[in-house]
Amino acid sequence: MEKSQKKIKVLIAKPGLDGHNRGAKVVARALRDAGMEVIYTGLRQTPEMIAEAALQEDVDVIGLSILSGAHMALAPKILEEINNTGLEGVKIFLGGIIPEEDKPKLKELGVHGIYGPGTSTKTIASDIRKASS
Amino acid sequence: MTSVAEILKGDRLAISRLLTEIENGTSEGKRTLNELFPHTGKAHIVGITGAPGTGKSTLVNRLAYEYRHPSRDRPPLSVAVVAVDPTSPFSGGAVLGDRIRMRDVAGDPGVFIRSMASRGSLGGLAQTTAGLVQVFDAAGFEVILVETVGAGQAEVDIVDLAHTTLVLEAPGMGDDVQTIKAGILEIADILVVNKFDRPGAKNTLRFLKNMLRQFDPEERYELHHGQRSPFPDLPITESEKNKPGWDPPILTTIATSGEGVSELVERITNHRNFLLSSKRWSLKEERRIKREMDTMLQRELLIKWRDSTSSTLYQRTLKKLVKREISPQRAVQFLLEGDQ
Ligand SMILES: Nc1nc2c(ncn2[C@@H]2O[C@H](COP(=O)(O)OP(=O)(O)O)[C@@H](O)[C@H]2O)c(=O)[nH]1
Ligand SMILES: [Mg+2]
Repeated sequence: MEKSQKKIKVLIAKPGLDGHNRGAKVVARALRDAGMEVIYTGLRQTPEMIAEAALQEDVDVIGLSILSGAHMALAPKILEEINNTGLEGVKIFLGGIIPEEDKPKLKELGVHGIYGPGTSTKTIASDIRKASS
Repeated sequence: MTSVAEILKGDRLAISRLLTEIENGTSEGKRTLNELFPHTGKAHIVGITGAPGTGKSTLVNRLAYEYRHPSRDRPPLSVAVVAVDPTSPFSGGAVLGDRIRMRDVAGDPGVFIRSMASRGSLGGLAQTTAGLVQVFDAAGFEVILVETVGAGQAEVDIVDLAHTTLVLEAPGMGDDVQTIKAGILEIADILVVNKFDRPGAKNTLRFLKNMLRQFDPEERYELHHGQRSPFPDLPITESEKNKPGWDPPILTTIATSGEGVSELVERITNHRNFLLSSKRWSLKEERRIKREMDTMLQRELLIKWRDSTSSTLYQRTLKKLVKREISPQRAVQFLLEGDQ
């Protein structure tokens, strides 16, 4: 029988108004196959909803999928909301089409990793594992 | 350190962290649960079971909303949700997707939704689900909705945990004698035909009504439930046995639109009142807590036994068993009494 033990918990959320969630679903399944517990919250999540879910689920990692190009507007708001919950040490990963010039700013804000389309899910899983150990 | 005081006053961050400790089986989690236990026993625990896709999560969302914003003359109640999804037996990971359907109560401080993976446990719940429910109970949540995995045969674990168990059926799920399993009538306090907007719903309803008519309420699960535990239950008194029972009603809902949900909450509340007025509440509580202790006792006995038994004896016995030199029966005898 499987012993209960610490599992890495990941929240996968799609903020913003774009309606594609195939990528987010693929990542969710890949992380499950890497042994993680993935809370999948679906489309059109507001920053408040993401922070609330992170708080209630006590996750280690939040993966945000933003394809709409609104990352510079959304990411700071989401990070702020998460800080307000009092959660500590939650690592934020960002997936989507993020222009090179935006990356330093996002990292500075506290985004842990940024992944463009086509990134191998193995890479993402292993980065998450490293970040939450 | 988790402060018991923080939990009792409903601090959400403290609650959330404690839930994780309990899920992970840490000594910190266990210690805090010990201290919280005297503060539990107030919440109404409602189980929602039914095959995957019948609409459990969607209905939980509506139930929570109805409890928060009563459409009838009821006081609003605070609601905690524990939603269990299966752990992949291959990777040990899980995708927990129930929150997708629970958006209507987002942002409400009177609601707390927690997803959990079954982590290898069968029977529709995780080993630590009862612990999570106790935390919410101690934290003052008045109603606790527990959504089971829904994949098992009859998910009887929920009956041990919940005061009121809802069994969901839906049309188009292959609603015939095979899939509407024997067993569900025994565990249902309320039967719900969800997706009543879908074709075939009336047939499902008719079919369930027929099944229920043939069903002898004496066979209800709670009455001869002690068989699941090797330890005898406290006996039911004659007067308890002769009290009028509860006839499980069949209700219809459309969880996507909310139709029928107000009536459903009314019936769930009726069931609670029935339990309280007939003393079955305390009887149920007694048995519920006993079963929890029994389960824990069995688990701990196994661990204690394992720690005190040499692994060489185990391996040696296993080898003989595999070669069919001894029967499983004999093997167990060797392990418990030694290989004389
Ligand atoms: N037509 C219809 N669809 C529903 C109803 N309730 C739930 N659904 C849909 O059924 C699917 C499964 O629902 P979900 O709540 O996830 O089921 P669960 O697996 O039992 O938790 C979703 O697509 C829901 O939108 C209903 O009353 N009518
Ligand atoms: Mg569900």
